[in-house]
Amino acid sequence: MDFIRNFPFFSIMFAMLCAILTSALPKKGAKVLCTVMISISTLLNAAVLYYTCVTGESYVYIMGHFPAPWGNELRAGVLEGLMGTTFSIVMLLSVLGGARHINEDLAENKISLYYVMIDLLQGALLALVYTNDIFTAYVFIEITTIASGGILMIRQIGRTTLAATRYMIMSLLGSGLFLIGITLMYDLTGHLLMSNIQQSCAQIVADGRYTVPLTVVVGLITIGLCIKSGLFPFHFWMPDTYGYSTPASSSILSGLISKAYIFLLIKIFYRVIGFDIISSSKVLNVLFVFGLAAMIIGSVSAIRENDIRRMTAYSSAAQIGYIFMGIGLGTSAGMTAAIFHILTHAVTKPLLFISASGLSDVSNGSKKFRDLQDSGFRNVPAGIGFMVGSLSMVGLPLFGGFISKLLFATASVQNPNKMLPTLIVLAISTVLNAVYFLRTVIRIYRPAADKETLQVEGARPDVRMTFGQQRLFVMVMICFVALNLVLGLYSQPITNAITAGLTMLA
Amino acid sequence: MIGSNLVFNIEEVVAIILFGIGFTTLLLHRNLIKKIIGLNIMDTAVYFFLASMGYVDGRVAPIVTNGVLDAQVYINPIPSGLVLTGIVVSVSVTAMMLSLTIRLYKRYHTLNLDEIYMYAVKQDR
Repeated sequence: MDFIRNFPFFSIMFAMLCAILTSALPKKGAKVLCTVMISISTLLNAAVLYYTCVTGESYVYIMGHFPAPWGNELRAGVLEGLMGTTFSIVMLLSVLGGARHINEDLAENKISLYYVMIDLLQGALLALVYTNDIFTAYVFIEITTIASGGILMIRQIGRTTLAATRYMIMSLLGSGLFLIGITLMYDLTGHLLMSNIQQSCAQIVADGRYTVPLTVVVGLITIGLCIKSGLFPFHFWMPDTYGYSTPASSSILSGLISKAYIFLLIKIFYRVIGFDIISSSKVLNVLFVFGLAAMIIGSVSAIRENDIRRMTAYSSAAQIGYIFMGIGLGTSAGMTAAIFHILTHAVTKPLLFISASGLSDVSNGSKKFRDLQDSGFRNVPAGIGFMVGSLSMVGLPLFGGFISKLLFATASVQNPNKMLPTLIVLAISTVLNAVYFLRTVIRIYRPAADKETLQVEGARPDVRMTFGQQRLFVMVMICFVALNLVLGLYSQPITNAITAGLTMLA
Repeated sequence: MIGSNLVFNIEEVVAIILFGIGFTTLLLHRNLIKKIIGLNIMDTAVYFFLASMGYVDGRVAPIVTNGVLDAQVYINPIPSGLVLTGIVVSVSVTAMMLSLTIRLYKRYHTLNLDEIYMYAVKQDR
């Protein structure tokens, strides 16, 4: 049983090793190895989750048996296990669901390189989730940045190259701020391991010296990670980035990468600076305000789009706003809601991106709404997938999105100062979500008015996708829908696990 | 008071100013090559900061040559290690940005990011 303690380390190292092996394989082998690696990684992470749930406490894994102030450490608790498992499952489903598009969109000799990037991302995401060392976190942030730039630019059309450039520029600004932040932090405390820094931070606050530099450090790290995860007003790279890359890349970038940064930020709040210090500082209020703004602005921008992928991308900006609003509430209930929304969004947004690509397939490859009309009938699984994702994002009971909205609302009541703005913006944002998501769902299920006129104009060949043509895609859709239902129907155990994980984190 | 602190911490002040210059260049400049230069200035500022913090006057690099084992003689090697790691990261990121720039230049024949964006939206692919 204690052998499970090694699993976080194994899953990270295994992913890195597979990345090296994959680069030497042909495209078929690369895909198989990547799939096997992520599946094994899912199992390993699930084992960690199970182990930490059973023992009821977190543990520290010392790498190379060098004790605390010198060596490098990993740390695993319920929350880390939950995140690692969810990220692995979503990564697996995104890669499988987008596999056909990976083959179509990419040049023949680049396909195996795509799977190298996926392996690297998997390793880096898990490292970000499990690491207990702040500089290791920085290194893996940069690996994530490079690999996510890679999965964007690998589709060689002008828009993706431009999107990758803009994404890289914003990301590098973010990691620059993060780097100077942790450098200053090292300067103040003299430690790089999270638990040691936390002790020093408590000392600094108790002494009352260097409180201003500490606030500056918190600000720099927070802004850096906010830029990287795309909080308003740093969200303008999102539509291009998610809108033109191959569907698997969009789902991984929106569902996982930005979430990993937010999770790291939460971890830094709890493990590095200490939640009491954070909640007494004004940083959370700033996050709260920008979160609220993002919820409105993201949705309004989404309403104005006429392209299904760009609309979904803007909706991501709004959902990131929800998460930061939850963090900004400054209570542990708000944090639980935020983490639950991370999970909801991680299983919903990839579903939307991949089903949207399925709808485009039967509409001559177009992503415009006017061409997508009636496409829900031509590709039934994609239509159902998109509908479920939309309803979950709008917040219909039965799906995950409802539970996270409920958690946000109940959490806001505990914080009297922030209750009213939270509830008002939550209501407005839900209405806006409903406007653009349901409009799209109605659009894809509206029967084409007059088939003959359309065929005369050559607007849309009547392509259909049957189940036999896309078995893998159908399976992925079923899994994603099932995950959404699990989050919506079995929310209590998951919420309990998150609460337990948060107590372990502190 | 402030003046003496400024003189005492001159390296840090310079590093932060350099960081600001690099950051604004990366954020605001339109020319892609100059953006990359800004990125490098920003990263170098951090390394300068780390190196200056890690150095203690009158101590030497922690390499035992004369059999002196007293820790008070040597500086802390970790900041130098962090600088090395950071340089590796910075080099790879710069290489990637340069390759993206080459690709964009080949396609759009300009380095101005605004013009590239304009052309890309016009062509829409």
